[in-house]
Amino acid sequence: MVNLTINGQPVTAPEGTTILKAAQGAGIHIPHLCYLEGFNEIGACRVCCVEVEGERAMVPACINTVAEGMRIHTNSPRARATRRVNVELILSQHDCKCATCVRSGNCRLQTLANDLGILTIPYEQDLPSEKGRLWTTTFPLYRDYTKCIKCMRCLQICDKMQTLSVWDLAGTGSRTHIDVSHNRVIKESDCSLCGQCITHCPVGALRERDDTQRFFAALADPDIVTVVQIAPAVRSAWGEGVGLPGNLATVNRLAAVLRRLGADYVLDTSFGADLTILEEAAELLRRLKGGELARWPMFTSCCPGWVRFLKSQYPEFTAQLSTAKSPHQMLGALVKNYFAAQKGLDPARIRTVSIMPCLAKKAESELPTMRTGQGPDVDLVLTTREIDRMIRADQLDPAALPESDFDSPMDAFSGAGVIFGATGGVMEAALRTAHFLVTGQNPDPEAFRAVRGQEGRREFTFSLGDTSLRCAVVSGLGNARRLLESLKAGRARFDFVEVMACPGGCAGGGGQPISREDQELAAARGSTLYALDGARSLRFSHENIQARQLYRDYLGSPGSELAEQLLHTDHFGWDMPGTGGSI
Amino acid sequence: MNRLSIETPLHAQTVVQELYRDVSRRLTASPPGLCPVDMALNFLRLCHAQTCGKCVPCRIGLGQLEKLLQDVLDQRAGLETIDLIERTARVIADSADCAIGYEAAAMVLHGLQGFREDYEEHIRHGRCICGLSQPVPCVAVCPAHVDVPGYIALVKAGRYEDAVRLIRKDNPFPFTCAYVCEHPCEKQCRRQMVDDAVNICGLKRFAVDHSAPVPAPAPAPSTGKRVAVIGGGPGGLTAAYYLSLMGHKVTVYEQRPALGGMLRYGIPDYRLPPQVLEADIQHILSTGVEVHTNFSVGRDAEMSELQKEYDAVYVCIGAHADKKLGLEGEDSQGVISAVEMLRGIGEGRLPDLQGKRVCVIGGGNVSMDASRTAIRLGASSVTCVYRRRVEDMTALQEEIDDAFAEGCQVLPLQAPSRIEADAEGHVTALWTRPQIIGGYGRDGRPRPRDAAQPEFRIPCEAVIVAIGQRIDSRPFERAGLATDHGAIHAGENTFVPNTVNTFAGGDAVSGPATVIRAVAAGKVAAANIDSYLGFDHRIAVDLSIPAPQLTNMSRCGRVNLKSRNLLECRGDFELVKEGLTPEEAQQEASRCLRCDHFGYGNFKGGRNFEW
Repeated sequence: MVNLTINGQPVTAPEGTTILKAAQGAGIHIPHLCYLEGFNEIGACRVCCVEVEGERAMVPACINTVAEGMRIHTNSPRARATRRVNVELILSQHDCKCATCVRSGNCRLQTLANDLGILTIPYEQDLPSEKGRLWTTTFPLYRDYTKCIKCMRCLQICDKMQTLSVWDLAGTGSRTHIDVSHNRVIKESDCSLCGQCITHCPVGALRERDDTQRFFAALADPDIVTVVQIAPAVRSAWGEGVGLPGNLATVNRLAAVLRRLGADYVLDTSFGADLTILEEAAELLRRLKGGELARWPMFTSCCPGWVRFLKSQYPEFTAQLSTAKSPHQMLGALVKNYFAAQKGLDPARIRTVSIMPCLAKKAESELPTMRTGQGPDVDLVLTTREIDRMIRADQLDPAALPESDFDSPMDAFSGAGVIFGATGGVMEAALRTAHFLVTGQNPDPEAFRAVRGQEGRREFTFSLGDTSLRCAVVSGLGNARRLLESLKAGRARFDFVEVMACPGGCAGGGGQPISREDQELAAARGSTLYALDGARSLRFSHENIQARQLYRDYLGSPGSELAEQLLHTDHFGWDMPGTGGSI
Repeated sequence: MNRLSIETPLHAQTVVQELYRDVSRRLTASPPGLCPVDMALNFLRLCHAQTCGKCVPCRIGLGQLEKLLQDVLDQRAGLETIDLIERTARVIADSADCAIGYEAAAMVLHGLQGFREDYEEHIRHGRCICGLSQPVPCVAVCPAHVDVPGYIALVKAGRYEDAVRLIRKDNPFPFTCAYVCEHPCEKQCRRQMVDDAVNICGLKRFAVDHSAPVPAPAPAPSTGKRVAVIGGGPGGLTAAYYLSLMGHKVTVYEQRPALGGMLRYGIPDYRLPPQVLEADIQHILSTGVEVHTNFSVGRDAEMSELQKEYDAVYVCIGAHADKKLGLEGEDSQGVISAVEMLRGIGEGRLPDLQGKRVCVIGGGNVSMDASRTAIRLGASSVTCVYRRRVEDMTALQEEIDDAFAEGCQVLPLQAPSRIEADAEGHVTALWTRPQIIGGYGRDGRPRPRDAAQPEFRIPCEAVIVAIGQRIDSRPFERAGLATDHGAIHAGENTFVPNTVNTFAGGDAVSGPATVIRAVAAGKVAAANIDSYLGFDHRIAVDLSIPAPQLTNMSRCGRVNLKSRNLLECRGDFELVKEGLTPEEAQQEASRCLRCDHFGYGNFKGGRNFEW
């Protein structure tokens, strides 16, 4: 332990603790902007600088550790001046039009400037030129050069967490800014659209393409029938963005909100997840038996960020992806082909809208391979953040709305479908059903606890009758890269692998609400999903009566010709940029 | 009323003079990888601030050029802007009244020629194409990319063995380099922005002088692959060391009786004591390298045989052949080439220069070595004859200073014209043509030409020729390796085109260069030979680098190595330079700005733990 004083107050902290953390432990808050534990420990913004007696210059608290006898001042005149001037300098290169910023009210810089009482900026505004701030309007990821404070977090997250290095510094000297790496434009890059750069941006420099107005327009059009579905992970997070506590922010309350917004029908993507399981489990057993997995495993395909990653970085593995569409695409296809007939609706008038924790889903829904004779499976994808913004736009008070049921005949769903939103959930759901398909008996749904957890890579072996299935669960694309490298080198062998692009799975998705305090919420949200699963009486996808009825009345069996046509996709039917074609 | 007064500079002027010195140090330490257009603009601004304001091209023109360059950088320009910049700059260069204006415009024109495509890229796409980077300066400019801040931190922490281990990850000649490295690392040391470069080489010497013996790492499991290395100098032994650690069986073929190449046969003992070199060589050999000395390719075996016998061959012979003056009397008794003399001394054959007047021809490091050696061999006088000016000499400044201190004279601006001999053929004098320094050549150096003065006679009994070395690559030409003036053609990866398994590097490819360049080539060769053989072995070191100080030390003078008292160095081949004292080493190590951490270091990674 090390003894020191901060602002005269004696503090004891373990050796190796940063000044920032030691202060935090003593209840002393040191403001900071760029610091992101484990990823961006570079002392760039200099907002956290403190005065250490005996040192020539100010010391950034985020990356320096405490030492015995240190005397630190966080609010000395020098510390105050340093903090204030550095924030003023940052503001001089930031478009401070907070009223039109997506992050207003949830912005570290705004809070800090307000807290410091900065009422005027003594420096001339220095923003990129009109030409220098151009960005595509169609790509699902949007960058605002005038908001970027060059904290480097996006760059570091993409480098270190996702290993895609989409971002890099461009320009030198005063023109240094963050841009797409290797002088590319974003549309030509191999961006996976995981959106982790957005959820780790402290300001409004990064966001999703805003599709709220398109949704409002569809809702308002009397000739259009809107069928909205809600992804499993959204229920664990949507309340955060509208200040609703978790116990009130249920998926059925969100259904009620959507109806109030004007949605004609509301469905739960968990039903699609149950179908995905039925298709994927059957596919796994078929491919296992057919010897297709002798060298490389079958990969889950429900995460479009992962699919984009694999196709751009390791196209040789494309055939290993399950051909099953992701749950919302399946459900979208069924809405237009089955649900429409059930309800007597003209498919041409239907607009299917997915509320997703994800940006990559926006790109996925626009793929040429994600449509049937009735048009695109999904017409519009909105992130959790966008739906929260729509709730605020209409000044709705969700707490005042009674919960609402989903629309039949696709309103039943299992707990297995709900845990799709957490890392390991797809694997666990698939194994619950695969076990039944092989042995004819349901396993204990709690028998898969080993699959759960937040470690980026978890491996285990699971008995399926007489065969043992070698499985791995991976979340985060850096972990995915390491796994693929070991598969390529023959250092690892698996039969079935679940990959989610975002750490913690969709619960930590790039479209989820953003914590201003840099909290990583994937684990807590994942626990919410597991708790919802545990509380359900229906735990197995294959026991979903409505799904069974769907197969009996319409699809036939999993893998049937119609199921293939509606519920499966061709991963070779499109190209990632830089791999021989363009989307 | 004062008719005249003594001028004392105003305080502001004094301070500005200090700032000029700050800027000039800063420019010296300018890191590689900056945007050339941005730099051109800012040079221009500096120039414009110097204008007196009288003439139009300078006062207005430079300002308009600034605006145009600014437009290029801010994406407000079109491609036609480049033409306007060029046209304007040309007129300013042609018509400004004084150098402040026309030289500023000339810099802009020079830049337009040098990096026009950067201008175009900024206009078209608003980006730099120069591969912007901000690496750790000393590490980036070290040809072998030795982790300089890392070992300085280890020296500061008293972990000398770890410092040596860290250096050996990239350079298996830490001892040798601690004594004779040209230390390009110091040229761009960022500490120059504060005061002066860190004495990196001196700190390395402190580490090796204080380190206990460090055993070599255990080689990787044997791969069964065999590699021949031709040439037992620093480059060959570097490749041999790393290939051996990677598990390959390496055989070194050396034409002389002992290993070391130019380090043993070119550098005098008073700069590099034999036991220092031996420490590196023994460490390298301890990894299991097989050595055949007195083995000459072309005499004892043909190159083609080795290419067949081994899985890969690395050619890294040295530049041991001398260049001739081509002058009358050159074959007289008493004329000797410097390489030949130094090699003879390395083999124990001391030439008799006792009491003789000696002329040394040339201005490079070999010339300084020959001059200082001649003094030690008892020459009554040593005159270094050079056709350019003293400031044009290519030898390291500290070598020149030491040569002066030891009593050598330098006679600059004298081009040798002939050598005079007596009836028995013994040298009696060197005749030279006095030179005058003139215009600049393509190499950016001022050229000497004959002055309107009569020939000059320097009476002497010995002439040592140190005007450069050659490579004798004929045995390799016979095996089909392409050469140019003796230098073997090889790519940046050291692979020799049109061969199957042959690599080449060091002096054999680049012509005479430095130890650290040979080491770097050996390292590159080892990595690429390993890949060629189908492996991906990594050379790594497992140690932690001490954390930097919270903030850097304020201005502090650089500690230089002191020379031993050399009033009389005749017959004395003992080491001249004294190492740092512990007190000096501690202070000098504290001056390191730790660019591996501060600035770009902790952002983009200031350290490679393996290669």
